[in-house]
Amino acid sequence: MTLPLARNIRLPLMNLLRLKGLPILQQLHIEERLLRTSLDNWCIINDGTDALTTVMGISGKPLELLELEFVIQDEIPVIRRFTGGGTVIVDQGTIFVTFICNKDVIPTVQPYPRPIMNWSSLLYKEIFEGIGDFHLRENGTFMKLQDACYQLALDYVFGDRKFGGNAQSITKNRWIHHTSFLWNYDVKSMAYLKLPLRAPTYRSVCSLFSYLSFVFLFLYITCID
Amino acid sequence: MAFRLWASKTSSYLRISVPHRGFASVAKDLKYADSHEWVKVDGTSATIGITDHAQDHLGDIVYVELPEVGAAVKQGSSFGAVESVKATSDINSPVSGKIIDVNAELSSSPGLVNGSPYNDGWIIKVELSDAGEVSNLMDADKYSKFCEEEDSSH
Repeated sequence: MTLPLARNIRLPLMNLLRLKGLPILQQLHIEERLLRTSLDNWCIINDGTDALTTVMGISGKPLELLELEFVIQDEIPVIRRFTGGGTVIVDQGTIFVTFICNKDVIPTVQPYPRPIMNWSSLLYKEIFEGIGDFHLRENGTFMKLQDACYQLALDYVFGDRKFGGNAQSITKNRWIHHTSFLWNYDVKSMAYLKLPLRAPTYRSVCSLFSYLSFVFLFLYITCID
Repeated sequence: MAFRLWASKTSSYLRISVPHRGFASVAKDLKYADSHEWVKVDGTSATIGITDHAQDHLGDIVYVELPEVGAAVKQGSSFGAVESVKATSDINSPVSGKIIDVNAELSSSPGLVNGSPYNDGWIIKVELSDAGEVSNLMDADKYSKFCEEEDSSH
């Protein structure tokens, strides 16, 4: 990254912590401790974790997100992290990059999910310049999180291919944004995760009330655009 | 507002996400913290939630981490969290006291915080330990200005 470009995207002064192969659970412990007890800004890079591990978001439910039979059979560790978002399966081929910042250190970034993601995407756009069509995508596909609750996804993509997972935690005066980049991964590992369900179409709504509700909801959405 | 509330309840029933639009509202009879929580004092007890400004900026809330009844809360300190768009955000108490009730509805319908942040989306009720702390908080007009300044500075 060239310095003049970096200035344009308002980089704060950060402590850099470079790790290799640190177990993801220890990394998460360090991150949460730095978020809640440090006054400095941090960038943490962990080149791979020591063992194949599944990591769920704060509201993750193993029964809904994991193929439990295989996870238990193969003794795959399952961690619930302190940030939001979905489930990832990580291993030695995953690169973890984390930013922990005081909320006012980047004046143009409000401490909310979307501004933080937008800021980070500017940073990564510089990093991935010339490598692929990197951008931040607001995914039009609904993702199942828990109890059939759906939300739109914000992802880093090359073209239309997601290549990492993002999550954040925001406290009163600081925030953390961490990413697990699938630098390399074993496709077989994905078998431990359940595929997210798509949002139900209106055809799956059986009751008249539900159908009418959907119609009015559609009108509401189109009216506010 | 009623239409928006109805649409939010419908989207919760159908379990789908709805984009939110429009200007954030501020309720006149409440007090506000600079971390975007509101408090409604009623004698020696108070009801607490997050503001319309906060829920609008956070996006669709999919999970609320509720504290235990009986736990102590301190003004300015975190007592729980909400999850939205891959982020957890701390909820900070505007007052000190002891939790006497939590909104259990939020476990099954976290979207109430989006659709009805000042009514059905309340989060906890506390027994106040120091009623004087309320004077540290902003009234509706001050909070509105605070939000405008915060949004315009970014």
